[in-house]
Amino acid sequence: MGNWIIAPVVLPALLAPLIVLAMRHDIVLQRTFGLAGTAGLLALSVALLQAATVNPPEVYRLGNWPAPFGIVLVLDRLSALMVALTAALALVVQLYVVGTGWDTRGRHFHALYLFQLMGLMGAFLTGDAFNLFVFFEVLLIASYGLMIHGGGAARLRAGVQYIAYNLVASTLFLFALATIYGVTGTLNMADLAQKVAVLPEGDAALARVGGVLLILVFAIKGALVPLHFWLPATYDRAPGPVAALFAIMTKVGAYAVIRVYTLIFPSDTPATGALFADLLLPAALVTLALGALGVLGAASLGRLAAFAAVASMGTLFTAVALFTPQATAAALYYLIHSTLATALVFLVADLVADRRADLSLRRVLPPVAQGGLIAALFFGAAIALAGMPPLSGFLGKLLILEAARAQAGLVWTVVLGASVLLILGFARAGSTLFWKAHEIPPEEAQTHAPEPLSFVAPATLLAAIAVLAVMAGPVTRWLEATAAQIHEPAPYIRANDLDGATP
Amino acid sequence: MIPDPTPYLPGLEAVVASAVGLLTAAGVYLILRQRTFPVILGLTMLSYAVNLFIFASGRLSTAAPPILREGVTTYADPLTQALVLTAIVISFGMTAVIVMMALGAWFETGDDRIDGDGGPDGDGGRTGGGGRP
Repeated sequence: MGNWIIAPVVLPALLAPLIVLAMRHDIVLQRTFGLAGTAGLLALSVALLQAATVNPPEVYRLGNWPAPFGIVLVLDRLSALMVALTAALALVVQLYVVGTGWDTRGRHFHALYLFQLMGLMGAFLTGDAFNLFVFFEVLLIASYGLMIHGGGAARLRAGVQYIAYNLVASTLFLFALATIYGVTGTLNMADLAQKVAVLPEGDAALARVGGVLLILVFAIKGALVPLHFWLPATYDRAPGPVAALFAIMTKVGAYAVIRVYTLIFPSDTPATGALFADLLLPAALVTLALGALGVLGAASLGRLAAFAAVASMGTLFTAVALFTPQATAAALYYLIHSTLATALVFLVADLVADRRADLSLRRVLPPVAQGGLIAALFFGAAIALAGMPPLSGFLGKLLILEAARAQAGLVWTVVLGASVLLILGFARAGSTLFWKAHEIPPEEAQTHAPEPLSFVAPATLLAAIAVLAVMAGPVTRWLEATAAQIHEPAPYIRANDLDGATP
Repeated sequence: MIPDPTPYLPGLEAVVASAVGLLTAAGVYLILRQRTFPVILGLTMLSYAVNLFIFASGRLSTAAPPILREGVTTYADPLTQALVLTAIVISFGMTAVIVMMALGAWFETGDDRIDGDGGPDGDGGRTGGGGRP
């Protein structure tokens, strides 16, 4: 694909300022260009996915400076998958935003949205560790704007906490990068992989410190216990569709862990060994348990959705932490599922919030307008997130359990126990919101504008989850090839052309 | 891995290391405070600390230019200086954002506490807050 690798970063980067500068006052133009931009991104990402499937990893050199001195973007199956997933989710969520009119409740929604996508795409594509930091900041600064879209005291307060937390994470990220640079003298990921593999004995301790600092940063992004504190309040207080888009933001943490700890610090590195897997697995299991407990004890639908996101990150990191090709394939399948399902539950929560200001699960309140349809969508989301058949959550958990056969005692107990808690939690929430509500006669007829687009978006997500379950065979075969590529980094390193063999 | 360009500089190392340490300690203490202003100051301290740390990761040297020049044999690492510039710009921008957000939250809620959460009923923490004026 050559030069097209940078297109997913350039397209939103050009379109977003254009929207701010030229169509600030015209919501129709903003919507048209915003949707066209996201649809263009989706088309681009499908083409990149196609190219990554048939070709070995490819590199785009920024400014044609050779690696490791210049910054490179690398397209391989993993980055292409993440880019395509982001673009697909973004388009669906943006349709919801247009359908519900969320973009008219504040200013510059579509421009911020495109900047957010630019940061996400760059983070998935970059092959340079410092550039990863820069794209993290790009996606974060856009997310700060999106998070407080629409304003309000509670949202602003949660926004300040969210920013403060992430600024600390950014500082840690810089400390980690500087430590790693101090040891190896490079920040290109492929070059790092080569240098860390042959690190002299005396530098091993510093490399371990750098690696652990880095995993802390990614754990903050991925909301891994005990660094998950930012997530429940942020996702609960953020506008519903923004929280749905944020479903991919936690996956940035998971992506970065997969990338860095299979490429730079694989478990056969003499300097670090299995240190990171040993740190990650217990944290992931505790995250899963805590998320499930949170779902069971959530006092409002927003909190329930946020803790369901935490639980799904726990499941995902459990699979990631095993660091075998089979487990990585399972993790990627669950990653796709978890992104779609988490986004779905936030959209459903927003549909309810749009019709009833109070999302409390402690009180039974009168039924909401169009409650039947919303209840059906919630039911689908609950099945998906709890991991029950027939949707893809069940298959994802099955793949993870299969991959964790060696540690069956611990992993199976936690995953299955958490599933029971999740089922209970969702059943309790569903019956309070949609079923018991009918015991209360509504004071006046509940009406709401039909807004068909706002139902099309969650229905599309639910359909995608169903398709992911039906097409599980071909999808897992593709993901197994992806996992094989991830655990065999030689072609990735070769693509960076570190010796400058092809000028 | 990086060849040391200059002789060992124990005095300079002690100064830089203790500066990073002190700034980090002050930053960590301040970000654990309850009000937005000390927390933002703490974040700024942390970013100063990390900027110094990045700079030091290219090795300390004196009288060594980072750019190629006639008749010079020892050079400072130019990459860390570029990294520091990027980090300074980003942390400066982020500090501006959090100052604006903190002001916005203060005007909306009437207090500047950063900890605590409004609880599930969304009162923005106004009932649980209180504290000093």
